[in-house]
Amino acid sequence: MLYALLCYNNEAAVCGLSKEEDDAMMDRVRAAEAKIVARSTFGPRLRLMPTTAATFVKAGQDPVVVDGPFAETKEQLLGFWIVDCASLEDAIEAGKHLAREREFGGIEVRPISAYLPPQEA
Amino acid sequence: MSDLSWIDQALSSVRPQVVAALMRYFRDLDTAEEAFQEACLKALRNWPQKGPPRDPAAWLIFVGRNAAIDDIRKRSRNQALPDEERLSDLEDAEPSMAERLDSADYRDDVLRLLFICCHPDLPATQQIALALRVVSGLTVPEIARAFLVSEAAMEQRITRAKRKVAAAGVAFETPSAADRVERIAAVAAMIYLLFNEGYSASGGDSHVREPLCDEAIRLGYLVLRMFPGEPELMGLVALMLFQHARAPARLDAEGQIVLLEDQDRSLWRARPIAEATALIEKAARHRHPGTYQLQAAIAYEHAGAKAAGETDWLAIDQYYQMLEILQPSPVVTLNRAVAVSKHAGPAEALAMVEPLAGPLAGYFQFHGVRGALLTKLGRAREARAAFEKAISIANTPAEAAHIRSHLDRLQADAPVDGPRRSA
Repeated sequence: MLYALLCYNNEAAVCGLSKEEDDAMMDRVRAAEAKIVARSTFGPRLRLMPTTAATFVKAGQDPVVVDGPFAETKEQLLGFWIVDCASLEDAIEAGKHLAREREFGGIEVRPISAYLPPQEA
Repeated sequence: MSDLSWIDQALSSVRPQVVAALMRYFRDLDTAEEAFQEACLKALRNWPQKGPPRDPAAWLIFVGRNAAIDDIRKRSRNQALPDEERLSDLEDAEPSMAERLDSADYRDDVLRLLFICCHPDLPATQQIALALRVVSGLTVPEIARAFLVSEAAMEQRITRAKRKVAAAGVAFETPSAADRVERIAAVAAMIYLLFNEGYSASGGDSHVREPLCDEAIRLGYLVLRMFPGEPELMGLVALMLFQHARAPARLDAEGQIVLLEDQDRSLWRARPIAEATALIEKAARHRHPGTYQLQAAIAYEHAGAKAAGETDWLAIDQYYQMLEILQPSPVVTLNRAVAVSKHAGPAEALAMVEPLAGPLAGYFQFHGVRGALLTKLGRAREARAAFEKAISIANTPAEAAHIRSHLDRLQADAPVDGPRRSA
């Protein structure tokens, strides 16, 4: 089963990290990923730019484009991993590896119902 | 993570919001800062055991406010507030606090706090120092180091600035839309000043001053997150990201300035350039150009060119023309002349530069650019005089050294140009 591990955290805190702090954080993430691949396989993994770079297209026949999704939420979706796990238990285990490397926010483990592989260039 | 750096990071990321809210309660900068300090001390004692609260900002505002009220009561010899055990047990109180924080317009709190720092009565350096202290939470020694002054001098500068803003008084009612626009513009200007304070650092001090750029970008993002639909704020952050992305290539091993066209572009940082590009493209959709957007657009053209030779100087010239309309200044015209020299030739550029001799007589770059244009036109003697003038008014040793290299090249390329004036 494919799962999405969605990383939620306070964007202000993550964006405020210095380059060194950010590098250190990414090192910890890489270490967590190394533990996950012992049991599961990664699909695409990605980090999103800050929500300040986002644009939101509202539903409708003549869609209105506004800046960003600006719900006043405490945590933002900052990135995600697609991971192929044998069971939900494995997926949660993977989420725990990633969650241990942070103090705030969390990892949402979400089963994927349809996955279309990337198009060949 | 075994160390407690995560608490420090969490505290500093919510500091502006918390100090701003406390400032609204107490209407006094020092009380707000002390209340925040108190709350931080309690967080350092509580969070490691209990784990971080769901909403750190709300927790700190609540605890800080109580601590300050407690302190005020103690000083007025009244009954003290409940003890710390009860105070720090906030699990139940938290959700309602978070709600209150959302409904309160914290954006105006933070904007007010920043706006206080850019009071027009304060000289630019005091504005920046105050913002670094109050909003960013840098310590006085840290700020003193970045400004290359003594701690005592910086302490005095900040104290004086605080006294001045306290005396000036700031409106605490919710600002009108027009006031808000004005505040945002003033804050943006202050943030860009701060950025330039770090960016203009020369070789010897760049390592201590570059953090000022990081801090300016952090503040830029803070304001942009609060007002995400403001194209000029997108432009400001994009501009700073573009410029800062080039920092690793700006100085050579000896600390000498490396001109944009000579920089090793592989050293430019890819991530901030990508972020800046996303922001400037987003800003452009608003079709409401401003000075930061235009400067960012110019930086975007440079960042997008794989090699200096591929730079679209015509586009850059056009952006400078728009800048000249929005913000007429001889410096902008001088910069446009550089773009013009690249796509139309040095003669046309020199014709633009010569009329600036009056207003820019004391401006280092003017003489440097003029010297370079004269060199290209083969007028070596006049070029030499322009370069010598530039050296005499250079702001940093790196600037002077850079011009000296032009002079050396001039001498090597054209050794015969009439008699040298000085032996």
